[in-house]
Amino acid sequence: MTASDQPGQAVRREPSHGLRMLLIWVPLSLAADLVIWFVWYPHLPPGRMTDVAAGQQFDLAVLAICGAPVILFIWIFGVYATIVWRRRPGDNDDGPPIRDNKRVSAAWIAVTTALVLGLFGFGTYQLIVPNGAGGGQGASPAWAPKKVDLQVQVIAQQWVFTYRYPQFGGFETPQLVLPEGSVIEFHVTSLDVIHSFWAYQLGVKADANPGVDNVAFAKPVQTGSVVVRCSELCGLWHGAMFDYGRVVSPAAFLKWAKTTEVQLASVTKILPPFALTYDPTAIKTLGPVLVKLGLTGAGGGFYGPQVPVQP
Amino acid sequence: MAIDVQPTSGQLPGAPPPPSGPKRHRPWWQRPGILTGFAGAVGGYFFGHWLGNAIGAGWQQVATADQNNLAIVLGYTFLTIGWLAGLGVFNDLFRLMLGRAIPHEEQEEEARTGLARYFQYTLGHKVVGIQYLVGIIIYFCAGGLMAMAIRSELLSPVNHIFSSAAYVEIVGEHGTLMMMLMTSMITGPFGNYLVPIMIGAKRVAYPRIEALAFWLTPAAFLILLSALLLGGFPFGWTGYAPLSIQATEGANAYAFAFGLMGISVVLSGFNLIATIICNRAPGMRWSRIPIFVWAVFTTSFLFVLAAPVLIAGMYMMLTDRTVQTAFFVDQLGGSAYLYQNVFWFFGHPEVYILALPGFGVVSELMPVFCRKPLFAYRISAAGMLGVGLLSFFVWQHHLFVSGINPDMRPVFMLTTELISVPTGFIFLVALGTLWRAKIRFEVPMLFVFAFFFNFLIGGVSGVFQSDVPADVLVHGSFFVMAHFHYTIMGGLVFAFMGACYYWLPKLMGIRLNRTLGIIQFWVMFIAFNSTFLPLFAAGALGQPRRVFEYAQNLQTLNDWVSISSFVLGGSILIFVINFVWSTVIVREREIGNPWESRGLEWQVSSPPPFENFRHIPVVLADPYDYGVKDAPPVADLNPPPGMIAASYDPAAAAKLEV
Repeated sequence: MTASDQPGQAVRREPSHGLRMLLIWVPLSLAADLVIWFVWYPHLPPGRMTDVAAGQQFDLAVLAICGAPVILFIWIFGVYATIVWRRRPGDNDDGPPIRDNKRVSAAWIAVTTALVLGLFGFGTYQLIVPNGAGGGQGASPAWAPKKVDLQVQVIAQQWVFTYRYPQFGGFETPQLVLPEGSVIEFHVTSLDVIHSFWAYQLGVKADANPGVDNVAFAKPVQTGSVVVRCSELCGLWHGAMFDYGRVVSPAAFLKWAKTTEVQLASVTKILPPFALTYDPTAIKTLGPVLVKLGLTGAGGGFYGPQVPVQP
Repeated sequence: MAIDVQPTSGQLPGAPPPPSGPKRHRPWWQRPGILTGFAGAVGGYFFGHWLGNAIGAGWQQVATADQNNLAIVLGYTFLTIGWLAGLGVFNDLFRLMLGRAIPHEEQEEEARTGLARYFQYTLGHKVVGIQYLVGIIIYFCAGGLMAMAIRSELLSPVNHIFSSAAYVEIVGEHGTLMMMLMTSMITGPFGNYLVPIMIGAKRVAYPRIEALAFWLTPAAFLILLSALLLGGFPFGWTGYAPLSIQATEGANAYAFAFGLMGISVVLSGFNLIATIICNRAPGMRWSRIPIFVWAVFTTSFLFVLAAPVLIAGMYMMLTDRTVQTAFFVDQLGGSAYLYQNVFWFFGHPEVYILALPGFGVVSELMPVFCRKPLFAYRISAAGMLGVGLLSFFVWQHHLFVSGINPDMRPVFMLTTELISVPTGFIFLVALGTLWRAKIRFEVPMLFVFAFFFNFLIGGVSGVFQSDVPADVLVHGSFFVMAHFHYTIMGGLVFAFMGACYYWLPKLMGIRLNRTLGIIQFWVMFIAFNSTFLPLFAAGALGQPRRVFEYAQNLQTLNDWVSISSFVLGGSILIFVINFVWSTVIVREREIGNPWESRGLEWQVSSPPPFENFRHIPVVLADPYDYGVKDAPPVADLNPPPGMIAASYDPAAAAKLEV
């Protein structure tokens, strides 16, 4: 199949391996990219419930489209080499002593660098334009939307998330309810160890650090259910630290918020006032809260004294 | 001095044998060894524990004596000192301090034979290499068993084999064991054993430090496992601070063992750097050293530059836990971010510490089995150095959603994506070497192919995580876990297996069974991909790492993964069986050069003789002249007298040429 450099034989012309590989690679890459774009992309996680989730989905698709030809190139090369350049039985010769090829090396470096810089530019644009792409940006976000419609504070503790709505009197509830079509500003903080607030369908992930206000933005554009999970190991029941939120119509949200505010008014009164971070070791009202409810985040203790402490 | 110009051991033919005075030859059980080491460790632990209780028992946070963190940490400290003292590490040191003669030369140490020397503090890089090899296999299997336990638990999202406490214990032990001890997976056995031979040296620069580095690893291993007796630690291998400060006593074992292993790799790195710089044979120029040595060289720099940061982090954690400093306690002026920064400043070079030796192994093996010179040697070395350098500038990509420095994210995205350029050099070198090669598909070459297959998937999935918007989705999920298992297990472990099949004939003078090797390869390759490829999907579909309960709809994926992982574990068992079978039971001798390699290490007998070379060789070419007609031998193993001295003395060299 390939040229044989055995002495005595007429030296056959070396076939154009590069051209052959190119002819295999181009159609396969094209096909793979078309499949990714038209078949896979609409179904890629995390869906399109918010603007940032849709951005992440688009990013995944673009990266897959860039990655597939790279993977195919190496695979095709490997399979081609295995078939064409494997040693034939009885052939104990060495291969040609090619030590370097400056043009190939330079081309390789140029192409990989260009690809990487292109992806960097794309990723930066996709990070900055959707206001941090749903990631936690710390207390002073570098990229924020011009107007925020709703602030939601996410308080993480072992092993539950609770949510405070400062625009509605600062009530605190274990339910995450969000209005469709509003720009949401999440303020994520923790009372004990590092957690991570991962609202999967919203495309939001922000670490909950004790004493830190970590801000992330998202704008839901569809109604539906949201899975919230902790994605940073936070102790024994990390795996059980999840709940479900929902995105509802603005009218339904307002109704829910107003009702809940009234329902929880007596609890809200004894909670520490709304703040961006809480220090559970320095809350004066902790005792009354625990006695009355045993169930708040801002108050510093979801679990009662009967629950064993974290080892 | 760089090398022995006039060594006593016969550099000059006809020289008299080295003078030897009266020596005491004690039987193995009278020499300090692993048994006295254990005795010292047990005694040391009890002493340290008593001391800690004596000085720390009155502290208000301590309920009972066995919850006293200070007592446990001091116990571990004196355990380590007792272990080393029992092994005899300090004997020569004290003899020198007391002005006495050291009773045995290190050359003599190396000349000792018999099995007992492997259980003692023995100088000589070939002994240490074998000690590392056996140790690494034991540590790796222990960590692997824990992985099997994790996968057993994840068979069902609702029915549990372990309690949630036991589960996080096992997850933490598996991760820490692998990440701290597998740093030496290739540099330990193959670096220590082969680098001196590959560069034409008779010994390493600091044999005592090298042996010490090894003997710290069993201590670190056992201390880490002792966490299980103390209730484990619930924070995985990363040990994020508020959780690790509030955790119970098992966390002391984590911090102490990890720090101890940090000390071990720093020592090991210093020795390898000094050896590679100073002990090269004449003619072994930087442009001729084997590419594996370049990889070990770069890795050693990462050892000595990254691991001290880890040691500092672990030390701060221990003082936070014992003497109530507050480096990481937010309410008292510390910061949990500090720990994350310190940990990942070590932690990211760490993953390249794991990857680079794998690059070195596959780049070293490719020319031998392709029968072609290594393509673009300089680019290959530059790629390794570039990866090593850039690895210090990417650590905050582990903190993309943590809230640290949001405006720095594009920078870390850039550095992280740039690191794929030098990593790509390794692929360029591989493809260039494959071009028109005559590939011999022996077992090591199969592992090399698998390395590139796996590492490609690992690398491309890494680009997804370097891209911040995509990372927001996959951060902290099983996607990340699949990614780094593709790079580390698919890269490092496959390279390690290839290196075992390739170099064990050199290291132990025996051949591993080829049929078992091929079976192991295919089982391992298929099971590995079947285990970790679905985990990308599991992560992207919303399964966070280290959970023992997960969404019901992911059970099919997880079951598939678990069953594949059991097969993967079986493939490692095949390797262990092959290793024991071939080294202990059958022992098929392999003395020559089975792979027809041009490497300098293959020009001496297998296993290499005492002091590796009868004479210091003069290196004439790099080891990659495959296919070159009338290529010179790679080295002159019997250089004419005066040649060595001349290479160090320009005046003498001029005279010689005349």
